[in-house]
Parts: sequence; structure tokens; C-alpha cells
Amino acid sequence: MGKYRVVHYINQFFGGIGGEDKAGLLPQVRSGKAGPGIALQNYLGEEFEIVATIVCGDNYFAENTVKATSEILNMIKEYKPDIFFAGPAFNAGRYGIACGAICETVQETFKIPAVMGVYPGSPAADMYARVLTLAATADSARGMEEAIKRMVYIGLKLFRNESLADPEVDNYIPRGIRKNILLPDIGAKRAVEMLVKKLKGESFITEYPMPVFDRVPPAHPIIDLSQAVIGLTGCGGIVPKGNPDRVEASSATKYGTYSIAGIDNLTGDQFESAHGGYDTTYANEDPDRVLPVDVLREMEKEGKIKKLHDIFYSTVGNGTSVDNARKYGQEIAQKFKDSAVNAVIVTST
Amino acid sequence: MKEIERLDIPVVHVATVVPISQTVGANRIVPAVAIPHPLGNPRLSKDEEYNLRKKIVEKCLKALSTHIDTQTVFTD
Repeated sequence: MGKYRVVHYINQFFGGIGGEDKAGLLPQVRSGKAGPGIALQNYLGEEFEIVATIVCGDNYFAENTVKATSEILNMIKEYKPDIFFAGPAFNAGRYGIACGAICETVQETFKIPAVMGVYPGSPAADMYARVLTLAATADSARGMEEAIKRMVYIGLKLFRNESLADPEVDNYIPRGIRKNILLPDIGAKRAVEMLVKKLKGESFITEYPMPVFDRVPPAHPIIDLSQAVIGLTGCGGIVPKGNPDRVEASSATKYGTYSIAGIDNLTGDQFESAHGGYDTTYANEDPDRVLPVDVLREMEKEGKIKKLHDIFYSTVGNGTSVDNARKYGQEIAQKFKDSAVNAVIVTST
Repeated sequence: MKEIERLDIPVVHVATVVPISQTVGANRIVPAVAIPHPLGNPRLSKDEEYNLRKKIVEKCLKALSTHIDTQTVFTD
């Protein structure tokens, strides 16, 4: 019986072609193993054979992702692989993302295991941990040997349809999957044990890690309020009566952009809340309770602020995904910036 | 909020559940009244309620014009 066929993807640097000066290299195929593929072949053993290595420049891939992916896919197809490896990319941004994009496509198209190695803090780790099993590696090529070992270990398990142990045991990046398991002690006992350890200052492993939110340094304050244009936005679901844009009551897929030019006061006749996650009786009676247009207009008349921006943005913050919220945030931020808004009040219900 | 702040436009978050706002990473936080009426209180008279809202907005403007180095909750 023939050997199982392996195809390996690496960049121009690991392919021995060159550094940044060669990053525009078009994808090319070499038959057999190359660069880190030599170690990869050693750990894979006799049963497997690296039949081809694809080498591609990091910039070429990053600048022509769609085209490069399809070119590379065509090259891979020729070699009919049983399993695919990419990298390891360590902490390299473009290389890691290229490996991730190709592994994802290979996995989907050929239904074969596609394994890459990447450093847990790299952008590719964030982007691909949910769709791929990523071997966790060191941040630089100093960790090459261990990275290859881990990629092979994971690759062989996937190839043989063996189930993976926990991420920290099998050295892959957590995929965000929760499994039901049976433990000898009930939850209350485990919780108290963790608490006691915490109080003693001992280390413990949580069963429910908290999400990590990114931080932004505080923006510079307004110097002169009387010269400031103030913007309003929020997730309390305030929309014109009848909700013309159909902003969803939960898991919103959009935000609304509404004019308050000439409006001194949000009234229940003209506005309402589309939110499905709190009792909107009070917001519907007087939407100023959520977006304080009345007070800000008065301050504008008094000259305390220069102007209340005539457009507000509004969405429903009820089960809305963080990715969507971030996207709305980016768009809204840019619109405020383009309209020379100096500061923004965000209200949440 | 954070996206607006990334463009160096100061943002104040009026939030009832301050710990959530802190966890998510708002830098200037003003506590609100209640979830269904963050800037109001239907049990007050119209005038009283307006004054309450005005106080919160004044706090917001104070927060927006205050230099901060770290997450700050503006209570009074």
C-alpha cells in the first residue's frame, strides 16, 4: 500500500527564497519536502510522505487573498493530499493569516484534516481558533521543533478520527467549545474549593473563564464645552415611531440613523423604543428618559454647549453579538468623526 | 464606545449596571437611574424628573471635560 499523501504550505522565508524583499513571491509548488517540512516528515514517520510543498510570499497572499487562495487550492488539488499542514507561523501576522485562510479552505473543500501551528497571541489565533484546530506554538522559530511535534500529534489524531483531549493537554488553542462532563464532586463543592484557594492566594483553574475585553486609552477631554458639538447614541432601541428600519428587538443586525434637526424634545408621539429586553413603558412615554435630547437642546440654547449633533444613532443591545456591535461602533465612530462631533454621550438601558 | 474613543473622541457611558460598563472597558462612566429609564424617573413630577436628567447630563459634560488616566466613575 502507498503512503498517505501530505501537502505542506510555507512562506517565502521558510521556503529559503528570501525575506521581505521576496514577500511578493507568487505561489509555487515544489515536489517533496522543504524547510520545516524536513522536520515535519521526520515526525510524521514512514506511513506519510510530503509529496509537495507550496511556497508563497506573505505580501502576495495578503494583497490578493481571494486570488491566491484559489491558485493555491488548484496546486494542492493536483497532489490529492490525505492531510494538509501549514506553517508553523509562530507570531507572524501575515503568514499566520495566510496559513489560516488556506487551512480553512482546504478543510472545507477536500474534507481532510488541515493543521497549522501558531502562537496563541497572534491575530491568526483569534481569527481561526473556532474553525481550525491550531497547534499552540512559541512566538518565534526558536520553538520550531516543539511546534512541529505538536502539529503532527494533532494532525495524526484528527487523521485517525481520535478525539482530542483538553486544549492544555493536547497543546492546541481553545476552540470555544463547551462539553458536558461528569465530575465526582458537585458544583457547590468545587466552587467552595476554588473560593478557599482564592482566599488563600493559591492558584486554581476556573471552570468558566471570563471573556477578555480589549481596552482603549481614555480620549483627551473637551477643552471648551461652549465650543463642543455633542453627539448622542445608545443601545436603548430609541427609533422613530413605527420603527421604519425594523431594528430588531433582540440580536440586532443593524443600527438606525435618525435626524433630530429642529426637535427640542423626544416625545412618545414621534419616537419609541424597539428594545425587546426591558419594559419599554417608560421609554415610550418619554424617550428623553433614554436619550436626553430635551436637556441637551436647552444647554445648546443657553450656550453651555455649542451644538447637539442633529443625528443620533441607535441600536438594540439585547443579545447583539460583540462582532456586530463592534462593526456598528466603527461605522458610527467614523460618522461622528466626519461630522466633526467633539464628544459623545452613550446611554445604555 | 471604544470604537469612538479609538478615534480620540471622548465618550461618556451612562449605564445603570456600572460593573458591566467597567468590564466592557468604558473609560468615563456616569451611573444611571434604572434600566428602563436610565435618565428619568417616572415616579417624580415632570419638573423634578427634568432636573434629575439635567443633573446626569451635567455630570456627563463634566466627565467629558475632565482629563483621566484610567477608568473613572463620575458619581458627584
